[in-house]
Amino acid sequence: MFEIGGKRLKSRLFVGTGKLPDYSLIEKMYYEAGIEVFAVAVRRIGPNTKHTKNVLEYIPKDATIMVNTSGAQDHKEAVKIAMIGRELTDSDWVKVEIEKDTKYLFPDSFETLKACEILVKEGFKVFPYIYPDLNLAKELEQIGVEAVMPLGSPIGTNKGIGCEVLLKPIINEIKIPVIIDAGIGRPSHAAQAMEMGAEAVLINTAIATSADPLKMAIAFAKAVEAGRLAFEVGILKEYEYAQASSPLEDFISG
Amino acid sequence: MVSFLKEAEELFEEYKDYIPTHREICEIIENKEFLTKEDLAKLLNVSSKEDIMLMAKKAQKLTRENFGKVILLYAPLYIANYCQNGCVYCGFSCRKKYKREKLSFEEIENELRKMKEEGIDSVIILTGEDRINSSVEYIEKACRIATDFMSEVSIEVYPLYEEEYKRLSSIGVVGITVYQETYQREDYDKLHPFGPKKDFEFRLNAPERALKAGFHEVCVGPLLGLSHPKKDVLCAILHAEYLLDKFPKAEISISFPRFRSAGTDFTPSYTVSDKEFIKFLLIARLYLPRVGIVVSTRERPSLRDVLIDVCITKMSAGSKTTVGGYAEEKDEDAEAQFEVEDRRSVSEVVDVIIRKGLRPEFTNWVKGVKSV
Ligand code: SF4
Repeated sequence: MFEIGGKRLKSRLFVGTGKLPDYSLIEKMYYEAGIEVFAVAVRRIGPNTKHTKNVLEYIPKDATIMVNTSGAQDHKEAVKIAMIGRELTDSDWVKVEIEKDTKYLFPDSFETLKACEILVKEGFKVFPYIYPDLNLAKELEQIGVEAVMPLGSPIGTNKGIGCEVLLKPIINEIKIPVIIDAGIGRPSHAAQAMEMGAEAVLINTAIATSADPLKMAIAFAKAVEAGRLAFEVGILKEYEYAQASSPLEDFISG
Repeated sequence: MVSFLKEAEELFEEYKDYIPTHREICEIIENKEFLTKEDLAKLLNVSSKEDIMLMAKKAQKLTRENFGKVILLYAPLYIANYCQNGCVYCGFSCRKKYKREKLSFEEIENELRKMKEEGIDSVIILTGEDRINSSVEYIEKACRIATDFMSEVSIEVYPLYEEEYKRLSSIGVVGITVYQETYQREDYDKLHPFGPKKDFEFRLNAPERALKAGFHEVCVGPLLGLSHPKKDVLCAILHAEYLLDKFPKAEISISFPRFRSAGTDFTPSYTVSDKEFIKFLLIARLYLPRVGIVVSTRERPSLRDVLIDVCITKMSAGSKTTVGGYAEEKDEDAEAQFEVEDRRSVSEVVDVIIRKGLRPEFTNWVKGVKSV
């Protein structure tokens, strides 16, 4: 169990729903992979139609919805989308995602900071998606966000933890949880993020676009758990040369 | 603005006879994260099946990574077919003796209701080019009605001024489609002998005006067959890239409709085979991994179904291309702007998408989320 955004959760794997082939997988992931937090893009929460049902209808009622502001281009839009999202979902968890371009989908730090300031004041539980930037993370911590969500590598690239040297200081220096978001392509990447000390990971593309999203979600869930356990035990240091298992050195130097 | 056209022209000239080797193609496709403009120009000349399949594999991967397992569906709504232009290839051209129609607001509502019953939730509103019979006020009112019914409303009407786009954007219209028809000025001039459409640049700059006015989706492309297809494809891809660079926040789509006859005796100078058509779509995906690719019901079902798996992100379904065609049974062949090849119902298209392990989606931008 761990606590985040005022909730006690068992699973440290959060899942994005935007790219899923079928929303009915959400329920299966909840029950079979134990996933409790689902990120939902507000821009796509349409009404029910003859052929498509609103994504919200598929999310088990005990699961937590993380409203995603993706598509917002500045802080004003993000705030508006968050407000609409809260109305629609009844959830005050909001992932602030503001992107300046549709090519790399890099987060816009300035606008994100502004949006977070407003949303924290409005009583949201705020989870900003950011560059791995320690200074920004610290400012966000001061503002009162619940966690920061730095990218592991650019969205959708499956490249894994491409910025470990930037992520580590954030994990070390700030007190609020760090959730690694974006770029994680394999369960082993997720395990690596957890071993580094991330509180949770958010996966979208790697699960949704795999050949079997449910099975992949289970694989990720296990990897996340393994990585976390290892972190809690304390990962042993890597050495350049093999270490003698007996204290041979003592005899030689003695 | 036209700088990209010049660039396309030069690139085309430089590489038009360049046939890349298999090795070179592998190098471009397998090892490069981003293609250069030269790569793009070279790939246009690829012709072996093996190489095209290689491109398809990478295109599929990029599509899934960037767009997930989702296909957006929409349907067009033709509200008027008055037109002041004489485009030599079009069934709505004012030179044609043709029953001109314009839906009343009540009829528009009926059409939308019928579309909604079919399960459509994203509509694109179309008119011919006639500022008097299909005034901006008329289009605006139609869009207002449409936003009451549909989650997403776009337009494909004559090019407007920035102020006019602003009006539409402010009522919740999210996207525009403007086909340049051809990017080759001389051919453009011949194909459009008179009428407001003759102004090549006013049309070319329409997407930019719309994006400045607050639209967030734009679809561009040529009508393949009217002029040199490879050149037009190259121009369209660079046009999309130009817009992306200038409006990095916008969502840009590209489409390569192939010419279809529409009761005119016009025969296009070029025909584009399925193989070429597919190759063009693949190249667009490889060069612009995040750009939407749209395919309309002009293409036949079997081809559309294959493309869904590879590079398409958005397609029309259950389209009627006659004015008032949803609420009333009409003779599509006699009255439509172009022939529809895929006449399957929305349900049928939805079924195919689901069977392929993808999710049909009618909503990209729920109205209200970004407007007002
Ligand atoms: S292509 Fe468009 S502008 Fe040209 S005649 Fe047809 S409806 Fe009019």
